[in-house]
Amino acid sequence: MVKQSNNRLNSVAAFEALRKSIIAKRNPSQTCLVVCGGTGCLALGAADVITAFKQEIEKGRLESKVSLRVTGCPGFCERGPLVVVKPENILYQQVRGEDAAEIVSATVKGSIVDRLLYVDPDTGKKTTYESDVPFYKKQKRLLLGNNSNIAPTLIEDYLAIGGYAALAKALSSMTPEAVIEEVKKAGLRGRGGGGFPTGTKWETCRNTEGDTRYIICNCDEGDPGAFMDRSLMEGNPHSVLEGMVIGAYAIGGHQGYIYVRNEYPLAVKNAHIAIEQAEKLGLLGKNILGSGFDFSVKISRGGGAFVCGESTALMASLEGKVGEPRAKYVHTSEKGLWEQPTNLNNVETWANVPLIIKNGADWYGKIGSQGSKGTKIFSLVGKINNTGLIEVPMGVALKDIIYGIGGGIPEGKKFKAVQTGGPSGGCIPESLLNLPVDFDELDKAGSMMGSGGMIIMDENTCMVDIAKYFVNFLEGESCGKCLPCREGLKRMSQILTDITEGRGKEGDIELLERLSATLIDTSLCALGSTAPNPVLTTLRYFRDEYEAHIKDKRCPAGVCKALVTYSIDEEKCPGCGLCVKACPSEAITDMGKKKPVVLDQEKCIKCGACYDVCKLGAIIRK
Amino acid sequence: MVKLTINGQKVQAEEGTTILEAARENNIYIPSLCHHEEVTPYGACRLCLVEVTKNGRERLVASCLYEVAEGLKVKTDSERIATNRKMLMELLLARCPNNKAVQDLAHKLGVEKTSFKLDDDDCMLCALCIRVCQEVVGVSAISLVNRGVDRALATPFFEPSSVCIGCGSCAYVCPVDAIRFEDIGDTRHIYWPDNDMEFKLKKCKTCSRYWAPQAQLDYIIKKAGLAPDAFDNCPDCRD
Repeated sequence: MVKQSNNRLNSVAAFEALRKSIIAKRNPSQTCLVVCGGTGCLALGAADVITAFKQEIEKGRLESKVSLRVTGCPGFCERGPLVVVKPENILYQQVRGEDAAEIVSATVKGSIVDRLLYVDPDTGKKTTYESDVPFYKKQKRLLLGNNSNIAPTLIEDYLAIGGYAALAKALSSMTPEAVIEEVKKAGLRGRGGGGFPTGTKWETCRNTEGDTRYIICNCDEGDPGAFMDRSLMEGNPHSVLEGMVIGAYAIGGHQGYIYVRNEYPLAVKNAHIAIEQAEKLGLLGKNILGSGFDFSVKISRGGGAFVCGESTALMASLEGKVGEPRAKYVHTSEKGLWEQPTNLNNVETWANVPLIIKNGADWYGKIGSQGSKGTKIFSLVGKINNTGLIEVPMGVALKDIIYGIGGGIPEGKKFKAVQTGGPSGGCIPESLLNLPVDFDELDKAGSMMGSGGMIIMDENTCMVDIAKYFVNFLEGESCGKCLPCREGLKRMSQILTDITEGRGKEGDIELLERLSATLIDTSLCALGSTAPNPVLTTLRYFRDEYEAHIKDKRCPAGVCKALVTYSIDEEKCPGCGLCVKACPSEAITDMGKKKPVVLDQEKCIKCGACYDVCKLGAIIRK
Repeated sequence: MVKLTINGQKVQAEEGTTILEAARENNIYIPSLCHHEEVTPYGACRLCLVEVTKNGRERLVASCLYEVAEGLKVKTDSERIATNRKMLMELLLARCPNNKAVQDLAHKLGVEKTSFKLDDDDCMLCALCIRVCQEVVGVSAISLVNRGVDRALATPFFEPSSVCIGCGSCAYVCPVDAIRFEDIGDTRHIYWPDNDMEFKLKKCKTCSRYWAPQAQLDYIIKKAGLAPDAFDNCPDCRD
């Protein structure tokens, strides 16, 4: 523990001295078992692994030789629980509690547990080191990379890797204007979805007269399948906090809020701990590092409404009002929380700030594409081999993400589309796989960056069904204040349901398009105005599927139950009975050896279990 | 005062007023349902959309919320506005197909039928009643409950409200008559879309007529610091 924990650091010199003393006590060649304690790995049993490691170290009295560090998410959720042996960076994957003894004894001996290494499914080759795994190799992990180097609840770990140095630099050698200039020059754009230039927003807020100015961190990540902000807040809360203090200094704010979903208990907990630690050290609170600058941060827990991720709804919720948006004709940077100038950025944006201040705008500007600088974290989910969190420079081609890092589509199936930008993003087809992923290119493709969710879909996905899924999600999450969003999404959902259930009619596509245009043009907030994206992009790239549903009453992907029938190809069926066993509704009867089975249409629930299990193609799906 | 143009017409308006107010001041018609000059603008019905050009950029805004600015160019009618208003009206008509006020406005905007399935609501959730109850009456007896498509106007938990004074302002302000009240004998009945309440009426000491809810009179006496017997007589029988 930090000795001076009760003494607030009152100068940059004292701060640097503390860092030096922390580093001096550390042995860089010390063996350390790093276990991911992120939500994904915990769900896969990481708690058992942690307990087992503790027991093994204690049992063997190895405390001086082997240390244990529980960290936030390094990203490779697909293969969790993850263990990395430092300093060599040997990666063990899918580790169970019972593997702990073997890992500890191998580590002490300097050998490797071969059976727990990652095997590249393409080449069959085993990979020893984390950095050689294709999933990691093709990333640029400026933000996420630190997750395995620190325990999120130990500020010493963050200080040891250079944490709060950017803050010290800003406070001691930069004017607030210079900080803003640096962020502007770096070209940082908001990671929450809009992609608004961060420095410009800060400047507006700074230049607006007010009694006070508020600083907000938006950690109300509500997109289905997205966990970027969650992993940063859980794994490296100090990086977010440091960004906020720098921003507050630049803008001239003295009170900050972290608005975090209550469904993220670990993020809430780690943020609390981080604030407490930073306050104790004088990195937060009154007279930060003796600079005369005051800034405190409070945590406000969100109640789980998706719309509260929208800045004005978030601020209403923070004020204790119903979380509903208001018109933004006057920007929140001028009139936001309690009518005061307010600067809101999302978690990932804040975490980028220390990097820019520490390394300079020129360094930052070299990463990424022309109009989108830096890296972006994406959560890669859906029909993809390597589910997880990835971080890549802006401008990387979609196919490099999906195939290079994601490892392609499971079971050798064909890629069909990727949904980017969360529920109100768009579906991008195979023909656009070379698309460079940045703010502007995604916009042009009819989708958006959003906060960085990427949902991969394979050939068995019905695009009308997908559009319906997202519209239903948004319908459920619309606050209901403005007419076009509330009534429009309800009607959109009804039309899509009709189409997927065989009641689609001539004119439905045109009606969807007209309705979409009005939602875009007239909705009160971005939830409504972006909500038609899933419909419009699937219409743009997969119109034939809509037409097949409406005109031919056929679902080409075989997903929409009302439009699918299963039957037996008697020529091909050898009566093996596999489908009989697989059928959950006893709709298939075994007629004896070498006789084709019989399918009772009355009993068939169209689940497709028989189709999936039959390797002879004897089940016909129409 | 700022100078702006609405439909090419030069108009002056006080700083801080909205486009809708400036237009009405100059007898320029902009349809709207959720606006009322006595309460905070809300921007929910979106019917008052207009096109503004500022710094060479054209966009659609809700005129009930958008404040006038020097040199602002406003169009209250264009193909884009008309197309959107018609679609909004179609959505409203599908929600409230049997409501006279909605039908009339639809007709006025050239919408005779809707492309969507018909529901049978009267309330279109403009929240005027709620804003009046909160801002004018000052009691907040009713509010919007639930979210999105499940949104409804009601007293808390759809139970009789302990703060409602039965004044009927909500019914009075409702632009589509979705809230009703009637006085029968010594009782006032208020009917909101999903629940209702009853209030005892006060009897005039002189003419014996039941003339106002007791709760409302008690509220006024308390608020204005009047004598307890201030409302013993109805307005007609007062000196």
